[in-house]
Amino acid sequence: MTKKQKKMLARILVSGVLFAIAELLPFEGVLKLAAFLIPYGIIGWDVLWKAVRNIRNGQIFDENFLMALATVGAFGTGEFAEGVAVMLFYQVGELFQGYAVGRSRQSIASLMDIRPDYANLERAGEIEEVDPDEVAIGDIIVVKAGEKVPLDGVVVEGTSSLDTAALTGESLPRDVKAGDDVISGCINQSGLLRVKVTKEFGESTVAKILDLVENSSSKKAKAENFITKFARYYTPAVVIGAVLLAVIPPIVLGGGWTNWIHRALIFLVISCPCALVISVPLGFFGGIGGASRAGILVKGGNYMEVLAGVDTVVFDKTGTLTKGVFRVTSIHPEHEESCTKEQLLELAAYAEQYSNHPISRSIKDAYREMCGAEIDRSRIEQVEEVSGHGVRATIDGRTVCVGNDKLMKEIGADWHPCHNTGTTIHVAVEGVYIGHLVISDEVKPGVKEALAALKAQGVKKTVMLTGDAKAVGEHVAKELGLDEVHAELLPGDKVNQVEKLLAEQNRGKLAFVGDGINDAPVLSRADIGIAMGAMGSDAAIEAADVVLMDDKVEKIALAMQISRKTLRIVRQNIVFALGVKGLILILGAFGMANMWEAVFADVGVAVIAILNSMRTLKVKEKQGKE
Amino acid sequence: MKKVFKLKDLDCANCAQKMEDAIKKLDGVEDATVSFLMQKMTIVADEARFDAIMKDVVKVCKKVEPDCEIIIK
Repeated sequence: MTKKQKKMLARILVSGVLFAIAELLPFEGVLKLAAFLIPYGIIGWDVLWKAVRNIRNGQIFDENFLMALATVGAFGTGEFAEGVAVMLFYQVGELFQGYAVGRSRQSIASLMDIRPDYANLERAGEIEEVDPDEVAIGDIIVVKAGEKVPLDGVVVEGTSSLDTAALTGESLPRDVKAGDDVISGCINQSGLLRVKVTKEFGESTVAKILDLVENSSSKKAKAENFITKFARYYTPAVVIGAVLLAVIPPIVLGGGWTNWIHRALIFLVISCPCALVISVPLGFFGGIGGASRAGILVKGGNYMEVLAGVDTVVFDKTGTLTKGVFRVTSIHPEHEESCTKEQLLELAAYAEQYSNHPISRSIKDAYREMCGAEIDRSRIEQVEEVSGHGVRATIDGRTVCVGNDKLMKEIGADWHPCHNTGTTIHVAVEGVYIGHLVISDEVKPGVKEALAALKAQGVKKTVMLTGDAKAVGEHVAKELGLDEVHAELLPGDKVNQVEKLLAEQNRGKLAFVGDGINDAPVLSRADIGIAMGAMGSDAAIEAADVVLMDDKVEKIALAMQISRKTLRIVRQNIVFALGVKGLILILGAFGMANMWEAVFADVGVAVIAILNSMRTLKVKEKQGKE
Repeated sequence: MKKVFKLKDLDCANCAQKMEDAIKKLDGVEDATVSFLMQKMTIVADEARFDAIMKDVVKVCKKVEPDCEIIIK
């Protein structure tokens, strides 16, 4: 509790005791009024003072003014006890409310406690603690065990494992050694690292994330905008209602002024829309904070709303569903007796030795892995790249052709296609076909389960877009159980395809999931763009509406689940607050509610709604069935 | 130019909204947000007149919520 809150608590206690005494004293008339005015003054002086001051400033529909008017009115109609009690409860409620909001703010802040406080800068052999802002690109910083990495950089010296949980929500530590990139916000768990800074603090991952989460409250959800608008009209409307209630019935029905004024005062007590104005943004903010804890950055409450309504998810294939790393998946020699798998791979690796294409690299990697030998370049005499076809090399004095079917046709080798899907690389020696290798992209582990989880979250259609050959795309789609696949797309076609799918949508929303590298236009065209594997990729963070810090597809279902939960809580609060207020307004108008109930409808509801909003912060470690 | 200010003793969410509305109406202010949750105020305004505009902002905030203090570094 802050000092201010403690003072308030003391005032509440003193005034509460005096109020009880006043109730017990057998005074009548002026003495009774005086006895109640003392606790009223103690508890309410600041409200009265603020009311007067704000009226001078032209703030009519101010909470303080309305509360002052209601309680003074209660005194005026002879309800002394009620006047004090309402003020007392109002202050108790305000105190609770302030405390609850303070706590929420703290827990949200602690969720985002990834901001590094200092950096150990190496300067002329000495280590100095400086503000991360002061570190320049190229400086060397030292990160000790237990410290946060303050800026993005490259390890120059040392090995350690990094805890990335604060960024990705994953508890598995990441091992780093000299030459590896490190990302700010991670915690160094064991060794001492010397890091060469590659980005200024403002451009570092941690600053970007904080910026994004803090700014997320400016992108308001529809529910928030509704509340803002509602708040603008609610108070004046209720106050006008109160005036009408105080004046019209006595004139029409004749007499009974005190009774009707008393009913009108009840209106004034409930006229602040605080419960909604606080709890709705707090709910979204908590949801965004909770999601960021799980490594899911949602750029605004509006995106949470869209996420909750997603029924079609479109995936980019490479890098999203698959690892985007090519591997030799099968080796098929034509006649195993004359040429073993190792020999076939060796020939291909030698021929591709000077090429840097991803496919060539995968062949070389496979050779190193399978045969454990380095390539002896002296065996290669001549290499000629046949553009768009492959390579022709002279190895050990023999002409070896390695490439696609076009190359085989050209040299007249007797080739045949492979039954496995993927990119097929044929090998021919001296014009004689000796076999082929199949290279394909590996599906990420857990994707199948992730897609099933999406279906469980109510996603009706999953679609895959790929630039790869139809056979490859269909094979992957079948393996993973995707509903639709569109293959052989050029980058521009992906936008068109998404537009076509958008046109087919009814009420549900369409999400596009990509790695953010070259699908920025598609990310922005979809109802909601989700970029994954964003650790350190600025482009992805900029282009997408939702950013997954790691590249786990299952996070999408989790993000949807968090969004739905957040929206559900926000709706609960809106319905609850409006319901209670509406009910008390009606009961009050018919003289069936008293001021105590009205105070509950005001501050009590606010406190309950705030506590309810806090539930959005909790994110289940593993996504469960809800 | 966009600048962020910390707010002290911003105690009511409704006031934050009213402050935001009032600031947005000021001459020279392009955009403003007052975040009750973050206790922060973001002002986007004409760079050349920023200081003068900030004076107006402080004035208008004092009018809406006299207890709230804008911390200007």
